[in-house]
Amino acid sequence: MAKKIPQINASSMADISFLLLIFFLVTTSMDVNQGLARRLPAPIPPDQKVEDTDINKRNLLVVKINSANQLMVQGELKDIKQLKEDAKKFILNENDDSFYPKLYEEDFGEPFGTIRYTKEHVISVQNDVDTQYQVYVNVQNELVAAYNELRDECARKYFHMGYNELDEDNQKRIQKIYPQKISEAEPKNYGN
Amino acid sequence: MAKIRRNDKREMPALNTSSLPDIIFMLLFFFMSVTSMKEVTYKVQFTTPQATELTKLEKKSLVRYIYVGTPTAEFRKQYGAETRIQLDDAFADKSEIGDFIINERSAMNEQDQGLMTVSIKADKETRMGVISDIKQELRRAYALKISYAATQRTSY
Repeated sequence: MAKKIPQINASSMADISFLLLIFFLVTTSMDVNQGLARRLPAPIPPDQKVEDTDINKRNLLVVKINSANQLMVQGELKDIKQLKEDAKKFILNENDDSFYPKLYEEDFGEPFGTIRYTKEHVISVQNDVDTQYQVYVNVQNELVAAYNELRDECARKYFHMGYNELDEDNQKRIQKIYPQKISEAEPKNYGN
Repeated sequence: MAKIRRNDKREMPALNTSSLPDIIFMLLFFFMSVTSMKEVTYKVQFTTPQATELTKLEKKSLVRYIYVGTPTAEFRKQYGAETRIQLDDAFADKSEIGDFIINERSAMNEQDQGLMTVSIKADKETRMGVISDIKQELRRAYALKISYAATQRTSY
């Protein structure tokens, strides 16, 4: 007959695991780190003067936000919900309008072929010192959304799948067709 | 007549608690997987703005944080209710951001230095003047990869 093994007293196991649990509850936080990824322009050397780079007016989409959090797109008061569509129209310039950015033709290789795209477009975001941060993030968000939608449409057209499902190489190729060009003006002091 | 016995010696059968540790461990593992370690203790309070086009910050070791908000209640007496910047565990002036970034970067591996991301965790009510100042400081310190920390928005 097998010898009976005396049972190990495991009643304190629960206490130990409770202790661990409480330790983790206290030291960790629930929130995930996510955010709107942006890239800042490189600094201007101090000995160099700020030049007004000569950008053709048609290639420029100016988005201004004032201290009352109102939005002005190309000199017109606009609602934030419309900004994405406006930006998409501006980046695409489907009808080759003279007031939208100049179109360039370029061969992007298979499977794209020759595509007309606006190489030189720039979206300029200008904000006031008193603009609310949330509104600024909203504007940035809408502009990034415009690019993301265009890239996704392009991926679906040529690869028949979403942009996020593509491998890195193809994503980079689409990024070349729709390069993200959101410029942020050098901060200016308005008034003295 | 029935006798009422004060000292009833009948023993309660012991409750079997052998599965209790397993349950607690399960809870423990759940919390370990869904939560992340707190970076610092917050001295400023902030609610991050909402956005839809969010990307996750992948490598935690490459991310440095700048907190912007109003001081929490316990520091309000000392520092007032104006918007303040917090670096690591202390309040800081915007002029200290450059040094902070350079210090943090030099502490990194050489191949990681170019990949450093600065996450700006700011309150949604913050005025852009403060944010612009921070951005200028970051540019000067060549910390060009930034991320505006935000929470997922479900609808307008």
